[in-house]
This record gives sequence, structure tokens and C-alpha cells, in this order.
Amino acid sequence: MKILVPVKRVVDYNVKVRVKKDETDVELDNVKMSMNPFDEIAVEEALRLKEKGVASEIIAVSIGLPEVQETIRNALAMGADSGIFVNCTSKLEPLSVAKILTSICNKIKPDLVIMGKQAIDDDMNATGQMLSAMLNWGQATFASKLEIQDKKIKVGREIDGGIENIEVNLPAIVTTDLRLNEPRYASLPNIMKAKRKPIDEMKAEDLNIDIEPRLEILKVEEPKSREAGIMVKSVDEMIEKLKNEAKVI
Amino acid sequence: MKTLVVVDHNNNKLDKSTLNTIKAAIQLENVDLLVLSDSCKDICNELINIKNINNIFINENDEFKNQLAEDSANFIAENFKDYTNILFSNTSNGKNIAPRLAGLLDTMIIPDVIEIVDKQTFKRPIYAGNAIATCKSKNKINIITIRATAFEEAEIGDENVGKIQEIGSLTTKNLTKYLNSELTKSERPELTSADIVVSGGRGLGSAENFQILEKLADKLGAAMGASRAAVDAGYVPNDWQVGQTGKIVAPNLYIAVGISGAIQHLAGMKDSKVIIGINKDEEAPIFSISDYGLAEDLFKAVPEMESKLN
Ligand SMILES: Cc1cc2nc3c(=O)[nH]c(=O)nc-3n(C[C@H](O)[C@H](O)[C@H](O)COP(=O)(O)OP(=O)(O)OC[C@H]3O[C@@H](n4cnc5c(N)ncnc54)[C@H](O)[C@@H]3O)c2cc1C
Repeated sequence: MKILVPVKRVVDYNVKVRVKKDETDVELDNVKMSMNPFDEIAVEEALRLKEKGVASEIIAVSIGLPEVQETIRNALAMGADSGIFVNCTSKLEPLSVAKILTSICNKIKPDLVIMGKQAIDDDMNATGQMLSAMLNWGQATFASKLEIQDKKIKVGREIDGGIENIEVNLPAIVTTDLRLNEPRYASLPNIMKAKRKPIDEMKAEDLNIDIEPRLEILKVEEPKSREAGIMVKSVDEMIEKLKNEAKVI
Repeated sequence: MKTLVVVDHNNNKLDKSTLNTIKAAIQLENVDLLVLSDSCKDICNELINIKNINNIFINENDEFKNQLAEDSANFIAENFKDYTNILFSNTSNGKNIAPRLAGLLDTMIIPDVIEIVDKQTFKRPIYAGNAIATCKSKNKINIITIRATAFEEAEIGDENVGKIQEIGSLTTKNLTKYLNSELTKSERPELTSADIVVSGGRGLGSAENFQILEKLADKLGAAMGASRAAVDAGYVPNDWQVGQTGKIVAPNLYIAVGISGAIQHLAGMKDSKVIIGINKDEEAPIFSISDYGLAEDLFKAVPEMESKLN
């Protein structure tokens, strides 16, 4: 069984993101970048399936500027077998990413795609669902548990009311939620080994698909800030404030 | 220009976020509603008096009972491609179905909208709400999910307004099969629409210790929430998680107990009207957005607060 894992390079989750003065974007210069945390969970899950003998091959793919090869290397250092780097200089949004991934899936024919439920930069929560629509495959989003049996995959999904269990025919798309697993750290020997693993390169423009962005970003601004509050000294004072000042209880 | 709102429900009751989504849709003109369910009647009764809507389209089919994304998205794509806007609530259902529909219709989804600037321009939070992006759409069809806390509820009058009409037929592709659900049972108000939310974090230390918070919540008639750390540790169920990648809440009063205040948590609750933080670390970031902070041990403060409230 072949698993494809798309990985995205994003601003590290610990960075306090700031809006640029000219309000065109957030500040990305000299900011620490990492693999999107949900994608690390996706890589980890693929590795566990390989360790169980269910999967035989794991391919990590990333789309963007040459820097994204670092993220592919991270996935290889965690244990993925090979990488695909899709060189793309234009601005990407989930619709175009899903189209590029569709074309890759048609070429390499994975049995399963495991990917993050959302990227923590644009918070779109969309690419997996779009990809499964384009491939006409089943989807299991927000996965917190996963089990493969024959040609099917059983997934526990985190939904608003609790957990929902579904069964999807393979090939399928799974998007990961936080509780699926705890990703491993790459060990030093594995980081060294990853340097010798193959990364295939292709150009987005050679794929002949329309990846023109459909959303034009007019402005990126700071959210409304909250006014600073006060510290109270006791529970009695807290209750008094809530009753008489805030009037919320 | 026609706007469709896909109604979120659990086959018995409307999900309250739908009212906020309809309110947003009304800014876009000509609002029709769509109910896909194995039993539409009770849901339609809740919708029929909503002001400023036109048709309520229904399709009653056992296959819709479990709201599988594949079936719902195919059905909507087949029957509503002539619409200009299709709106969903940004619930786990909406997030599951809407992007799939957008993929089918070759349109870029506009998720988690907090403001409609004009008919093609929308604001949405990015980077865990640390920035707000204004997006101008070049889509032919806008598929949008609405953040409920950013819009009022649609008004309900006392006249029947909506005209109920059957539409379409479903051909299911059987890509996915529903097995069962493990739903969290609770007598408390629903987390995303509650007036007061009491949330606990890693500071609670165990599932048992959460009972002291639950007592406080019950005294206040509040819903319970939690940080990711508390859910990951197994203290409480996953559907209690508030934050960037959990639920978005904006109650009148949010009480954060033993929660440090990571940006991912703040993303889910910073639009609450009044926030209080209880944390033994007076440097905890939660205090920087609290209207009232109390730097004290929660195991002392929470029972004291509970006993003094009447
Ligand atoms: C991709 C990603 C997505 C995430 N999404 C979310 C999300 O949606 N929601 C979310 O909440 N987090 C999310 N997180 C996690 C987030 O970064 C924090 O790790 C998490 O919010 C911390 O939870 P906490 O405040 O309960 O725990 P901690 O940060 O460990 O804080 C515990 C607090 O309890 C206090 N405390 C301890 N004992 C006591 C006591 N006896 N009395 C009073 N105070 C006490 C401590 O002083 C401390 O401030 C996400 C992280 C990532 C990487």
C-alpha cells in the first residue's frame, strides 16, 4: 500500500505573528518556519501504518518555492521514503493545491492520502475535502483514530458532538486531528539518512492546470484588541465585580 | 443573484448556528434554505417563521440521516449550481461538506467568514485570529462558511414565510459508510451558544478534579469548555476543546481556570464579552486578555467561588 502525505511549510506555531505595517500580509522575514503541526501528525500516522506492515511506501509532497524542500526533508527524516517537490512561484490557495495534488495522485496512484485538517497559517480547513471531491474518493476528515481492514479504512472523526465512526472505501483521503497521535522527533542518524533519500522535482506550470488564485487579498489587518483588565485580590472581589460592574451573573 | 443556506441540524433540531448563517445570508439577497435529512418536518417548523427568506427546499431521504459529505456535496452540486452564494455554518458538518462542494464546483471556498463587506468581499481570521484578511472573490459561485459568533441571529416572526418545496433526488455513490457515534451527553447548555462558559486546562490535573469546575458551571448554568492540553490528557471529551482548531465561543462570560492562555486557545474565546482568568501564576498570558484576573490556586478559589454564588 502506497501512502501520499502532503506537507506544508508554515510559520512555527510558537511565533507571535505580526501584521506588516503596510497591511499587505503578516511579517514573514526572519520568522521561524516549520512543518504544519497537523501534517506532522499525518506523517507520523503513515509511518505507524508502515511499521505495522500495512503500508509499504510513504511519499511526502510539498508545493511552493524551493524552501519547501526543507519540509520534505523533515518528513524524510521522520521516516518517509521519498519526496516530490512541485516548484511553484505563484501564490497558492487550497483550490490550486488540490488540483496539483489531483494530478499527482493520478500519476502515482496512492491507496491513501493522509493530510492535515488545516494549515495553521491560513486556517482554511479545505484542501483534503477539495482533493477528495476532485478525485471522487471518499473522505474521512478530522481523524482521531484509524484502522485499515482489507480495502477499507475505519476512522473515528472528531465532530462537534463527540466522535463519529465511519468506514471509507480505499483509495481515500484522511485529514488528521490533534488526537490521532503524537509525532516523533527525527533522530540525528535519520536526519543524515534523509539527505540521501530521493526527491523528485516537477514544475507546477508543466501540469497545465489553472492555478490562478480566486481570492484576492485586499488587506491584512490587526484584529480588534481587548482593553486591559484588572487583577482582583480575592474571590469576594471577583464576585462583586461580576455582579455589579460587569453585570454578567 | 440567489443565496442558499444549507441548514445544519441533527435530524431533530436545528443547530443554532444556522440562524447566524441565515442572518449573514440576508446581507447577500434572495435567501433560500435547504434541509437534507431523513426527517425534515420538525426542522422546517423551526425555520418557517424566519423573516426574509423565500423557499425552504427539502429532500427527505434515509441516506441523509448521517450527513455524509459525499452525498450532501453531490446533491447540492447537482441541484444548486445556478446559485451565486451557498452558505454553511462553520460547524464540523459545514467544514466537512462545504469544501468538498467547492471542489466539485471548481470554486475557492471562503471559510470562517466574520464580516461581509460587500457581495464579493469578505473578512476572515488567519493565523489563529492574529490577523484579519479581507478577501475579494473572483469566484462565479461563492461557497462560504460563517463563524456564528460574528453574526446576530436571524429574526423569527409569527407568520409563515418560507414556502416548503421538495427538490431533486439523491443517487448515492456509497464511497463511505456511517458506523456509529459516541456523542457526549450533557444536560448543560451547548458550548458554542451558551451565555456563560467555564473552561478548564492542564492546571486541573485530572478528570476527577474537573468535578470542582463542573459544580461551578452548574451553579452558573454554564457550559463546560477546555484547553487542548486538558483534552489531550484525557480529562475531558474532545468536543469541549475551545480554540483555533476546536470550537469558537463568544459568551457573555468566559471563565478560564488553570489555562495558561496560549494563542491557539485565545483564538477560540477572545471575543467573549467578559473574560476572567484564574491561575496561580500571576505572569500567565491569560491575564493579559482577562477583564478580571485572580492569581490564586484554583483548588482554593473555585470551591470558594462556587460556595459564595447563589
Ligand atoms: C496545531 C496546534 C493547534 C492547537 N489548537 C489548540 C486549540 O484549539 N485550543 C487550545 O486550547 N490549545 C490548542 N493548542 C495548544 C496550545 O498551544 C497550548 O499548548 C494549550 O492551549 C495549553 O493548554 P493549557 O493552558 O491547559 O496548559 P498549560 O499551558 O500547561 O497551562 C496550565 C496552566 O495552569 C496553571 N495552573 C497549574 N496548576 C494550577 C493551580 N493549582 N491553580 C491555578 N492555576 C494552575 C499554570 O500556571 C498554567 O498557566 C494547539 C497547539 C497546536 C500546535
